[in-house]
Amino acid sequence: MAQRTLQQKLAILSDAAKYDASCASSGTTRRDSRSGGIGSAGGSGICHAYTPDGRCISLLKILMTNFCIYDCAYCINRVSSNVERARFSPEEVVTLTLEFYRRNMIEGLFLSSGIIRSPDQTMGDMVRIARMLRVDHGFKGYIHLKTIPDASPELVAEAGLYADRLSVNIELPQDASIRELAPEKRPETIRAAMADVRLGREAAKEKTHTGRRAARFAPAGQSTQMIIGADATTDRDILKTSANLYSGYDLKRVYYSAFSPIPDSSAILPLVKPPLIREHRLYQADWLMRFYGFEADEIGAAHPSGNLDLSIDPKLAWALANRAHFPVEVARATKEMLLRVPGFGTKTVQRILAARRNGPVRYADLLRMGAIMSKARAFVTLPDWHPGALTDSASLRARFAPPPEQLQLL
Amino acid sequence: MIRVDLPRFGRFQAWRDAARQLASNRVSPTDVTWDDGGLFGSDPVPPPGPQPVTASKDFLDLARSVASHSDPERWALLYTALMRLQDDRGFIANPADPLTDRLGRMAKSVRRDIHKMHAFVRFHELPAQGPRRSFGAWFEPEHPILEAATPFFVKRFADMDWLIATPEGTARFDGTITYDPPADRPNLPEDASHDLWQTYFANIFNPARIKTQAMRSEMPVKYWKNLPETGLIAQMLADAPRRVQAMRDAGASTAPGFAAKVTARIRQAPDESMPQDMDSAGRQASRCTRCDLCHAATQTVWGKGDPAAPLMIVGEAPGDQEDLQGLPFVGPAGQLLHRTMEQAGLDARRVWMTNAVKHFKFTPRGKRRIHQTPNVSEIKHCRWWLDLERGFVQPRLTLAMGATAAFALTGNNRPLTPRRGQVERALDGGPVLLTWHPSLILRLDGDRAAEAQKQFAQDLAQARQMIAA
Repeated sequence: MAQRTLQQKLAILSDAAKYDASCASSGTTRRDSRSGGIGSAGGSGICHAYTPDGRCISLLKILMTNFCIYDCAYCINRVSSNVERARFSPEEVVTLTLEFYRRNMIEGLFLSSGIIRSPDQTMGDMVRIARMLRVDHGFKGYIHLKTIPDASPELVAEAGLYADRLSVNIELPQDASIRELAPEKRPETIRAAMADVRLGREAAKEKTHTGRRAARFAPAGQSTQMIIGADATTDRDILKTSANLYSGYDLKRVYYSAFSPIPDSSAILPLVKPPLIREHRLYQADWLMRFYGFEADEIGAAHPSGNLDLSIDPKLAWALANRAHFPVEVARATKEMLLRVPGFGTKTVQRILAARRNGPVRYADLLRMGAIMSKARAFVTLPDWHPGALTDSASLRARFAPPPEQLQLL
Repeated sequence: MIRVDLPRFGRFQAWRDAARQLASNRVSPTDVTWDDGGLFGSDPVPPPGPQPVTASKDFLDLARSVASHSDPERWALLYTALMRLQDDRGFIANPADPLTDRLGRMAKSVRRDIHKMHAFVRFHELPAQGPRRSFGAWFEPEHPILEAATPFFVKRFADMDWLIATPEGTARFDGTITYDPPADRPNLPEDASHDLWQTYFANIFNPARIKTQAMRSEMPVKYWKNLPETGLIAQMLADAPRRVQAMRDAGASTAPGFAAKVTARIRQAPDESMPQDMDSAGRQASRCTRCDLCHAATQTVWGKGDPAAPLMIVGEAPGDQEDLQGLPFVGPAGQLLHRTMEQAGLDARRVWMTNAVKHFKFTPRGKRRIHQTPNVSEIKHCRWWLDLERGFVQPRLTLAMGATAAFALTGNNRPLTPRRGQVERALDGGPVLLTWHPSLILRLDGDRAAEAQKQFAQDLAQARQMIAA
């Protein structure tokens, strides 16, 4: 095999990395290059570009190598795939990261890898790249390392010293699916790796007996990714799994990735259009759990199938299924109840709470404050607005859902 | 009419100085014209007047952002707001006020433009003039934000020389930042890293997911002309359907010959033979799916200690910490147990310590997991492992802590209170001493906790005597 150029390797190893949805670069420790080195981080991350698939480019997201000894059916890099293979040297990854960074194209590096030879060997190489960036080049930008579940705890501990974020992919929403589609992976090992990251972060937050702060450990936290639509799990069960993960491992994010057809696919998975709307609804539901005080079961129970209504958003679906709670009197309602009004976001609710201290809040005020009144109007009462019978009208859902497509007569 | 001219750079500070002076004379906003190119007004700003002028930090932050807006009315609006603030301090915090709303929108537009400048400036490498590498960029923001946006680049790129040229002027950095008046757009040299960047952009794109709306809203087309990668977008979109169709047509492929060999080497079939010792039982238990608890819990928490111990201590189930660490009795209740054992003279290394149920059962509540007591079915499923452990250890005495352990060992589900401190028969015939679970003691308070702790310590002491006898 002829030696590949850097450009050819980059093409192969970024193509191989595109199925990982995470690109976040926010929420790490504040630091910058005025005290030496190159780069800065902290605060909210920056998306430097967007591709036509709607995903942002914040980090250089590449695989160290796409050679892999595992055979996960949903993955383009599985051992049984005929995809072209390549491998970066650690120096090449470091150079690409720094040169893109100096041109203001990225916030940092998101490094993942196929499993070569052994989990420890692979994780060791990834840690070496992070160490070169941090120690040899004084790189202050963002580093996200994909943790290999079976790697030894010492390597994960060292990774946490250099990386802003560590992540382990749960891959699929149910253990049975992991065992079936990713036979070399074990759900309990994946969760144990997440537990290790949480424990490492907690240990780093505690002061030592001398009062000194322990070395920082993955200060931007951990995240995970779940593939949606490769197995038959309902949205309700997906959200329950997410709730378990959020509560157990202090995750910053669960990413949902609609299963997407891959070149050179496995015979056991369907080549279907990725369920992008379902993915979107799951993200909305995830937000409701994290910022709006909803429980997974409440959201999942809104539709008897256990799946989210694809034609309307999950908060509206919940409100339509729980109309006894509405209409809400905006002047008096608790913050918790305002957060449950369709069309009110967290910022709108904050503004309402501030504005109602200054006087009555009217319909036009809500419009100005960013409320989506086309949704909210059926669920609120205001000094100058009452929804009357609208809240309980049988046709309310039809006002929001797109009309069913007319069948054509042949 | 008073006229205030503002300089090209340092405008916010200049506005602030003039506004303070005007407000200290309570000059009406209608009597001032700001930076309008000199068509109206000619009176100078009067000297500082007698009236106090105050502004909150929130207002100054807002004003600093609004000052970088392209709207020529911004200075007058800010002065109007400052004057209103002198009588009505609250209006700026009221989102329903029209002026607050307008200034808020202007500030938001500026912040977004600054954010986009931080995102979309693309440096080209220039020939270095000294030991430091040198880079340059051309950028066209929507608002005059050059000064507001450059501190970010100063912090991020301190070890290189750079310039950012814009229609508003040029910022140069060589260790310190300077601003020059606008000049012609610089000729930026070809840069090989930009070709690599385009390779990256084209290949990180997934043709099976097209969401151009999301792309356009976050990367507005007005910025595209200076981005090296956006030239590729049309072709990428045009190609996408063909690439997806090609994937479909190709269908499933035949695995290369070596694949089966590789997976056969690493894929170990789970050992399902009857375990012959404690270690192999523990390994098998780590894959246990006898009940549904394994799906939510992190891992099986197997027993720990001396597998030939005369005493076996059985608790209920692992808690949050045990589940994370994969070790029994490391959480708060476990620590209480260890302390009490030490006081009773029981050496934890000479005991086999385990739980009736080996997986953590919980309900998620936001960022916390609330412990749940295992149900009868879960206890019965897990008894398989407890019986195995008992078979290997063959303890002279078993200490059952709490109702779950008591039920798992004796099959007797009656309340624990009258039974505590007594010895019953296990289902397999061995003696079982019943005591409180230490987590119960942690949940009680005051005298009741002290009493329960005393009883717990007595029971542990009794256990020690029984195995010594």
